[in-house]
Amino acid sequence: MIRGFASRTGQMLLVIFGISVLVFAIFFATPGADPTARIAGRGASPQVVARIRAEYGFDRPLPVQYLKMMEKLFISRDLTSFVNHGQPVVPEVLQAAPVTLSLVLWAAFFWVSGSLVFGIASAVLRDSWVDRLLMVLGLVGLSIPVFWLGEVVNLVTQSRWHDTLLFRWVPPLGYVPFSQSPFGWAKALFLPSLTLAVAFIGLYARVLRSELLTAMGEDSIRTARAKGAGPVRVWLWHGLRLSWLSYVSLFGLDFAQLLGGGALLTEVVFALPGVGRLTYQALATLDLPLIMATVMYAAVFVVVANALVDGLYALLDPRIREGRHGG
Amino acid sequence: MEAEVLLKLHHLHLELSNGTALLEDVSLNVRRGDALGVVGESGSGKSLTAMSVMGLLPGLRASGSIRFEGRELLGLKDREWRRLRGAGMAMIFQDPMTAFLPVRSIGAQIDEQIRLHERVSRREARARTVALLGRMGVPDPEAAAKRYPHQLSGGLRQRAMIAMALSCGPALLIADEPTTALDVTVQAQILTLLCEIRDSGAGVMLITHDMGVVAQTCTHVAVVYSGLVVEQGPVAAVMARPLHPYTQALLEAIPPLDGPRPDALPTIPGRPSAPDARPEGCVFAPRCRFVRPDCAVRPALREVEEGRRVACVLYDA
Ligand SMILES: Nc1ncnc2c1ncn2[C@@H]1O[C@H](COP(=O)(O)OP(=O)(O)O)[C@@H](O)[C@H]1O
Ligand code: SF4
Ligand SMILES: [Mg+2]
Repeated sequence: MIRGFASRTGQMLLVIFGISVLVFAIFFATPGADPTARIAGRGASPQVVARIRAEYGFDRPLPVQYLKMMEKLFISRDLTSFVNHGQPVVPEVLQAAPVTLSLVLWAAFFWVSGSLVFGIASAVLRDSWVDRLLMVLGLVGLSIPVFWLGEVVNLVTQSRWHDTLLFRWVPPLGYVPFSQSPFGWAKALFLPSLTLAVAFIGLYARVLRSELLTAMGEDSIRTARAKGAGPVRVWLWHGLRLSWLSYVSLFGLDFAQLLGGGALLTEVVFALPGVGRLTYQALATLDLPLIMATVMYAAVFVVVANALVDGLYALLDPRIREGRHGG
Repeated sequence: MEAEVLLKLHHLHLELSNGTALLEDVSLNVRRGDALGVVGESGSGKSLTAMSVMGLLPGLRASGSIRFEGRELLGLKDREWRRLRGAGMAMIFQDPMTAFLPVRSIGAQIDEQIRLHERVSRREARARTVALLGRMGVPDPEAAAKRYPHQLSGGLRQRAMIAMALSCGPALLIADEPTTALDVTVQAQILTLLCEIRDSGAGVMLITHDMGVVAQTCTHVAVVYSGLVVEQGPVAAVMARPLHPYTQALLEAIPPLDGPRPDALPTIPGRPSAPDARPEGCVFAPRCRFVRPDCAVRPALREVEEGRRVACVLYDA
């Protein structure tokens, strides 16, 4: 148990290390990314360039620069931006995190409840017109680009029909912290999170439907019926129990990926100052410290989520608990 | 001194929504304290017969009659049938590994069945589960109840399955090939257990493709061929003097007690005809060595001796 935990932690650290090296290497291999020139600005004198080189340590070997940057990011936490001179990046990421967390929590709420309702309904009513309609809707939801949907939502609720009774409540774009006004927080996030959730509802409903239908053909479901269990119990208790494994793991990974900045497009479209938007800014300005900080933040979430999903798997399925993976 | 008829299938006919008849005409009786063996090659409709009795085939159209404890089951609302399932009649299946839900302990699954039919507390249900497991010969039943299906051996799993089936004291136990997935020694133990259940007064319907199993366990036998019962009677009499040519072939094919069990009958070539390609006359005619012109009209199942019924022109008076 403890050994497993230790090796797991080691693996996680190794993955994060690998990602950081990769980001660092790619940055310095990118043409035109030379930070000295960017910081010094166009047409700076050689003396200025040399001074900046020395000040930021760009004259030292890359491994040393890498170690220095990691130290500043993780230990002294005073890594500063190359673009906004002297702006520390760690607080910036920490400020953005609650925005993204709020957005993703709301979205997860919508997509889990939506996909459960649609997935179960179309599995129970399989091959009926309801099922076909829901699956077509799901496919549509799955294929609508989220930034386009976001723009349309904005167009409709912010300008076109903003003054109608239906959308009068919609607040201007941007974020309201929970501590400032819980109700305002919920209002500000309602449409963005719903927009973000649409594709996931489509995907998760499809996954759940097919998993449920596979599960319903299992012998153990026949046994449940033979025991005298009613349809509600058979579907929701036995059927879901057999089919939610892949649903749960998919959820864990998507949730982490979004927390790590995967909701970038939604955040940009709805002007939410979250981690995704920060990543977007960092990439647009080629600001290595900010890129490194946001990528590391994302990597930690994804790696930890992976570990959590595996743990949850073991909790949900006793066969995996004993290392008999896949039988 | 005739025991009460528990289950009576009368001209049970089952078809797909497209009209293909899966079961043509199944008639059989199970009395209390009887164990009826339902034998036939695979694909002959044994499982379908069992599932019809349990009302577990909602997609198929059934006609004829299924009487259980004097009550007609065909046309019953699902809600009423559900109250019978697991309580009045219970079923165990071929593969106890897949028949249990893999993600819950077997104790929890047995408790569930008890609590589906009776208002008892969790604690009472568990006490009954443990007692049942003990009665079924599961060692250390309290610990066994907490284990997951994959943690038990095949034999113990099937005992747990039987414990679950018996948990609400059903009058009828249907066992669909309960020993096919088990090795020979365990098979014998499970069959002994079924005999004890029968002796305690329940009716047992044992489905198998193995005449040897019937000989060991059952009091009566119904031979099914391609969706029809072709012979029915007491085991001793049928074994001593099988009437239907198919029964004769089955008996010649009893496999040795150990060693591999062949799937096809070695004594007669061919396979039963598929549901959509049944001959119009006697369904066994394509493989029968006594076939003659009047076999082109399907013979009905009729009583030819006291308690013995057969569907074959050879016995027409
Ligand atoms: N739901 C179904 N739809 C179509 N055909 C079926 C269905 N269930 C069973 N059958 C067919 O009915 C026949 C009898 O099946 P079954 O009762 O399982 O046989 P047995 O248990 O005797 O081996 C087989 O030919 C099988 O293919
Ligand atoms: S009716 Fe004819 S074909 Fe059928 S079993 Fe009897 S003799 Fe054979
Ligand atoms: Mg079968």
